[in-house]
Amino acid sequence: MTARLVRVCKPDLDPLTGAIECAVSGETLTLLADGALWWASERTLVVSDLHLEKGSRMAMRGQFVPPYDTELTLSRVERLVSALSPLRVISLGDAFDDVGGAERLDVSVLERLKAMQSGLDWIWIAGNHDPHIKADIGGIQTDEIALGSLVFRHEPTRGEAIGEIAGHLHPAARVFLGPKSVRRRCFAGDDNRLILPAMGAYTNGLSVTSDAFSGLFQHATMTVGLLGEGRVYAFPRRMLFV
Amino acid sequence: MLDMARAGRSVLLIAPTGAGKTLSGFLPSLIDLATSNHPRTVTRGRRVVRRGIHTLYISPLKALAVDVARNVERPIADMGLSVRIETRTGDTPQHKRQRQKIDPPDILMTTPEQLELLIASREADELFGDLSTIVFDELHALVTSKRGDLLALGLARLRKLAPDLRAVGLSATVSNPQELRAWLVPQGPDPDGVIADPAELVMVSGGAAPDITILKSDDRIPWAGHSARYAFPDLYQALKRAKLTLIFVNTRSQAEVVFQELWSLNEDHLKIALHHGSLDVGQRRKVEAAMAAGGLDAVVATSTLDLGIDWGDVDLVVHVGAPKGASRLAQRIGRANHRMDEPSRALLVPANRFEVLECQAALDANYIGDQDTPPIRPGALDVLAQHVLGCAVAAPFRADDLFLEVTSTYPYRNLDRATFDQVLAFVATGGYALKTYERYARIRLTKDGTWRVSNPQIAQIWRLNVGTIVEMPMMKVRLVSSLKRLSAFGGRVLGEMEEYFFETMLQGDTFLFGGEVLRFEAIHENSAIVTRTLDKNPRIPSYMGGKFPLSTFLAEKVRSILSDPSQWSRLPAQVSDWLEIQAQVSELPGRDNLLVETFPRGDRFYMVVYPFEGRLAHQTLGMLLTRRLERMKAKPMGFVASDYALGIWSVEDMGSMARSGRLRLDDLFDEDMLGDDLDAWMADSYLLKRTFRNCAVIAGLIEQRHPGQEKSGRQVTVSSDLIYDVLRSHEPDHILLKATWADASAGLLDIGRLGVMLARIRGRITHRDLEQISPLAVPVMLDIGKESVPGEADESLLASAADDLIAEAMRSHSAPPQ
Repeated sequence: MTARLVRVCKPDLDPLTGAIECAVSGETLTLLADGALWWASERTLVVSDLHLEKGSRMAMRGQFVPPYDTELTLSRVERLVSALSPLRVISLGDAFDDVGGAERLDVSVLERLKAMQSGLDWIWIAGNHDPHIKADIGGIQTDEIALGSLVFRHEPTRGEAIGEIAGHLHPAARVFLGPKSVRRRCFAGDDNRLILPAMGAYTNGLSVTSDAFSGLFQHATMTVGLLGEGRVYAFPRRMLFV
Repeated sequence: MLDMARAGRSVLLIAPTGAGKTLSGFLPSLIDLATSNHPRTVTRGRRVVRRGIHTLYISPLKALAVDVARNVERPIADMGLSVRIETRTGDTPQHKRQRQKIDPPDILMTTPEQLELLIASREADELFGDLSTIVFDELHALVTSKRGDLLALGLARLRKLAPDLRAVGLSATVSNPQELRAWLVPQGPDPDGVIADPAELVMVSGGAAPDITILKSDDRIPWAGHSARYAFPDLYQALKRAKLTLIFVNTRSQAEVVFQELWSLNEDHLKIALHHGSLDVGQRRKVEAAMAAGGLDAVVATSTLDLGIDWGDVDLVVHVGAPKGASRLAQRIGRANHRMDEPSRALLVPANRFEVLECQAALDANYIGDQDTPPIRPGALDVLAQHVLGCAVAAPFRADDLFLEVTSTYPYRNLDRATFDQVLAFVATGGYALKTYERYARIRLTKDGTWRVSNPQIAQIWRLNVGTIVEMPMMKVRLVSSLKRLSAFGGRVLGEMEEYFFETMLQGDTFLFGGEVLRFEAIHENSAIVTRTLDKNPRIPSYMGGKFPLSTFLAEKVRSILSDPSQWSRLPAQVSDWLEIQAQVSELPGRDNLLVETFPRGDRFYMVVYPFEGRLAHQTLGMLLTRRLERMKAKPMGFVASDYALGIWSVEDMGSMARSGRLRLDDLFDEDMLGDDLDAWMADSYLLKRTFRNCAVIAGLIEQRHPGQEKSGRQVTVSSDLIYDVLRSHEPDHILLKATWADASAGLLDIGRLGVMLARIRGRITHRDLEQISPLAVPVMLDIGKESVPGEADESLLASAADDLIAEAMRSHSAPPQ
């Protein structure tokens, strides 16, 4: 995957600020600093692993983490939708932290979620945390979807999968910068496949060097796009921490 | 002691180590148990039950509890008393714990955590209803931590169960016994801090004065560094002359260096062992056993061996590096010869010139009997949250009653009701403005006005997570023979180290661990994979910063030595020469002023200040000053902090800026830096996030352990950093942020001390604009590049690394220049 910085001097509100462009299976894709993917030619926005209602799920087992994660995560998506005006939004699975999550959504949040969907196609791809969503949250539910030369699914398939866009693994990477190292959530990809970072406010990252990622990428062309403040930083595999 | 026991008075016993303090604490209980008629059973209401515990003994270490039990059993057997003594620690088997609840011993030796569990148990009434005495060993060490807060709350609860309870504190010499005396007895609603009726005080003066010397060496004493290599040949000679030597150091990595160096000198095949907290437990137990059996000549140890456990026949205590706090020094010297009539022998080995001053100050302090311990801080709110849930686990409670109980403790005596209610709300539902968690409440206010636990699982989780000791995320250190075998996964586990230690390491970096030089290869799952190397000199600076900053008390002594040339004759000639040259080219820091030196060096400009307030306070000062210098257009580039001084370097000439008035030092060091600047910096400070994690774990926001999956460290389900960010942006007044702030101010950021210093030096800044570096500035300048402050400036580092790559890519694509 070769990455190119899109533009750096745009106003703060523009989600394209600090984004990088890359090619996967011949399609040009834009990696946004918010951790979402923008497929400009198809006017398609892809978000992954939102894990909505993770806070309330923790609260159910007695751990009262601040109850603002759903609102925070959804606001990020709202901002992207209103700025980019997509024709299609794909949620790559694990939109909810558990099967009951959608039913726990606050009424006002549910209204906002539905309002976002007006005038566009919204596709919920099933994830392992939310294999089926019973509540009425609008959009279409499916296991995977193919568009052009790309296929969108939750879990990356083992072995070669040309044109696969997936989530599930919550990639993160540690880069060495002189005297210290920095760890961030990231996109991980090569010329054939791209894995999106988790966008949920309470999602942890899994190192791209861990076993779960082995065999997914060509070592030589693998690149990560580290999420920074208003910018995605591209680094080759060789600069990552083993 | 006996008179006071008969009068039912609580008492604080202060005595030097070796005075038989522990036994005197027990004696009244033994006599009572032996002489009065104590039936095995008592009638409670209509039931006849086993008599409860007569005397509780609480120790900070479980090993100490076991050891003391053994020591007290002997006189009991000698006197032929039928008194049952038992221990209860984390290692006590389940069946024995169960039996202890039904059939309690007369005397129970336990730890603060176990006590908290017992008072929350269903049997608490029976167990403690007859309690007559509670003995706190090493009270001075217990009360200054969060464990002390938990213990104080536990004591208040015990008083509820046994109103006539008598508390006995055993302590080494402390500077302020008033606080400890107050800690032992219930507090009235008295915000002025005047204690009406403190515990009685019994002081046993020390026996023979200890024989302490500073190691004399003809070798050159280094300017900086912490290894004390210069002194090892002389130290080795001292070991040879002694029977059993304990060598104390301040950090684990220092222990490694000292151990390795001594072995390289060990021509006489002395049996020298290493003991520190990162080593495998089995390894540590072996060393302890060998020591007790008299099979060793010397042990190099960190504070893991610190508290009064009496092992073997130690006849010499060596302290390598600065002793940091004079009371730590006294404690450690107490290890030599646990007998009152013989003087303890101790040898101080300063690692650099500032430490010579510090050792001299500590030595003076020990002779004149000054001791310093930090003051007892207001009780931590995270600990209170844990205890409140524990109270609900024990039995339903009324908020009013619990508030009275909590404020009867010394640490929480000034807690206001509003804050208490906030803690209660936090325990119930997280205490957020958004009330979405009501339906999941852990405790609920019921119709009869009491708070009750919602379900049994809450109690189970609480029991698994009791305590205030938060484990840092640790990594196993795994030794493999070659990296090729890495995928096979395996290798011998050498021990554990904090995760952050490896975060800055690159493959190929070498470091000392367990007495050998290891090569860092990779992180694999939860292990750091290492191989052996022939490299003799580890590359990673072994000194990761002392755990304990220079104490306020010792700092004052050092400043007083510096400012009084008449005292210099007592110092080694190298050191007094160093100070005399400093007096000629610049000047020496005074007792109350702040010396600021500026000078150019290479293509940079430096500012070195000498507050002597300890590394933590200096680090915070460094952060704040660089922000201000940035605004004042001095273009600061970095800073380095030591225990004694702070060095800042910049692009602009700060000296000439100060002379021309473009940089006003009074403004630079104004106390208002503790306002907005501090707030802005804190928002993203790595240190604060670390503190927050501790508070969140103790308060029960994040579990360390969950039933069925006894996890620890890194597997916490939501990263505390993410929670911290959300909390700061959404509920900046949340109780946990308050707790974090209180912790950080006194702990990692040491803001309290910084504030006192800034107030002291106001209007007393002495500026010396020099042409070159001064002798006193050399040590801190030598530290540049060896210590870095993590967590700051990540974004700009990332940007420049990424831009470099882009530039590199562009170059390779463009045509070569013509």
